[in-house]
Amino acid sequence: MSTTLQRPPADVSAKPAMSDRSAAENRLGLKLVAPAVIMMLLVTAWPMGQALYLSLFRYRLTSPDDREFIGLDNYVTVLTDQLFWQDTWNTVLIMVVTVAVELVVGFTFAMVMHRIIIARGLMRTSILIPYGIITVVSAYAWQFAFSLNNGFVNSWFYWLPWIEQDTNWFGDHWHAMFAIMVSEIWKTTPFMALLLLAGLSQVSEDMLEAAQVDGATWWQRLWKVILPNMRAAIMVAVLFRALDAYRIFDNIFVMTRGAQDTESISFLTYRQVIEQMQLGLGSALSVLLFISVLLLAALIVKLFKVDLAQARGEG
Amino acid sequence: MKGKNAIGTWAGFLLILLWCLFPVAWIISLSFKSEGETAVGSPQFLPKDPTFDNYTAIIDNPDFTRALINSFGISLISTLLAVIFATLAAYAIARLEFKGKRLVLSLALAIAMFPVVALVGPLFDLWTRFGLFNTWPGLIIPYMSFTLPLAIWTLSAFFREIPWEMEQAAQVDGATSWQAFRKVIVPLAAPGVFTAAILTFFFAWNEFVLAISLTSTTASRTVPAQMSFFVGPDPFNPPYAQLATASVIVTLPVIVIVLLFQRRIVAGLTSGAVKG
Repeated sequence: MSTTLQRPPADVSAKPAMSDRSAAENRLGLKLVAPAVIMMLLVTAWPMGQALYLSLFRYRLTSPDDREFIGLDNYVTVLTDQLFWQDTWNTVLIMVVTVAVELVVGFTFAMVMHRIIIARGLMRTSILIPYGIITVVSAYAWQFAFSLNNGFVNSWFYWLPWIEQDTNWFGDHWHAMFAIMVSEIWKTTPFMALLLLAGLSQVSEDMLEAAQVDGATWWQRLWKVILPNMRAAIMVAVLFRALDAYRIFDNIFVMTRGAQDTESISFLTYRQVIEQMQLGLGSALSVLLFISVLLLAALIVKLFKVDLAQARGEG
Repeated sequence: MKGKNAIGTWAGFLLILLWCLFPVAWIISLSFKSEGETAVGSPQFLPKDPTFDNYTAIIDNPDFTRALINSFGISLISTLLAVIFATLAAYAIARLEFKGKRLVLSLALAIAMFPVVALVGPLFDLWTRFGLFNTWPGLIIPYMSFTLPLAIWTLSAFFREIPWEMEQAAQVDGATSWQAFRKVIVPLAAPGVFTAAILTFFFAWNEFVLAISLTSTTASRTVPAQMSFFVGPDPFNPPYAQLATASVIVTLPVIVIVLLFQRRIVAGLTSGAVKG
């Protein structure tokens, strides 16, 4: 960690003396970041402003001449619609369940990868395959695995009390939600595991040994030494994955197309804009989605904030 | 105690391999099942009568090959452009003192978390007006913008660890500034740039939301989008085996990249996140 904080020492001494030079450095820095910043704003800030504007209109692409200013009516329509809340609930449920499962499984994987001495290359290669595979492929793989006629899940697991030979996984809400979550968890656990592994390797071995000498059990070492010392890594992993899961779209699109009330908030937005061509209403949904992601990020950062500062202070 | 731990680690090792590779094995096995076999229902794991028919069929399918070309073209171009812009920005962030450095990094982080679907509507509207709808640039521009944050974070983490004094040392030893840059800095920076390129490529290769929203024909549809529209003649009986075959083909580049560069990908994925 300390190596990343090193700055070229010349900077520090040169700065107050040569203000011309630091002004030039300032200009060069701005010039170098400008293209990237402009690119990023061009495709996000500008369309988002456009969405904010369009959300105040009744605007359907199929009849553009009927465009009419209606103030906040679109937001009222969305927020009083039961479907919006059902989809928000689905999204939150998927996010909470998948991130929780991934955290536990990912941590287990990270522990194993941290300990294993041989075949590290093989392990890294295999764990990167689900990470690199496209989500659409993961969705198809699991859709077919759960398929009634062509899937192996029913014929392999029929002895479990809640699975029959003829369980239709896409026939009702909970089964379909389960299948969607399996695909999501399968694909993204490796990412979680790798982030946690990086955090795990920063926990000092000396501290662990000291705890062991002092008679701490395995469980105590885990909760009192390992986890508190990798809080920063856990926070980053949870933040990234939670926001990613909140935007879930690909798996639902491929596996159910929103059937059996499995629609997510992203899917609802997509359907309004692209299928229904309701740009006004869809833009209102976009704005709400954007705001909810911001709130979610703020919430997660706030929940972990004290811990993050603490972890930095110690490290 | 030690022995018990070792057994646990080995069991965990096997579990990870099973977790990661089993669904891939399933897709490969399915791609060798014949169309007749899946039509009557084939719940067993392995094909009864393995056949290459699906592979010949999918390679002869002009829609699929066209989508594959689109995927490669769009992903490679957006990777190249994103890495160029990100290298400039990351160099400035890692080496120079300038106002607004924090702001740039925060902006990048905010965009990395941006819900892509929220842009589908406005981008659709803008792209149809500017004639970018259903074109390569129509996808390349947003892909570039959305991969910039990841590339900037990864690269600035890499660049911070480069011993830049070596450049001056080479100049003191009589190298020209171009020689110093080319012989000293480029070899040190190349692994980082390369890692950022791989991660960027993965993003573009995987992207789905914009690919289905901003395209309408095979002129610019990428493989993930094309696959989701590949329903076959009977909507109640999707062409399982052919979709599995397409899945295997589109996964091959990923596997090759992972096999060659696994160490770098892991370093890149974790450096920006944990150390940044």
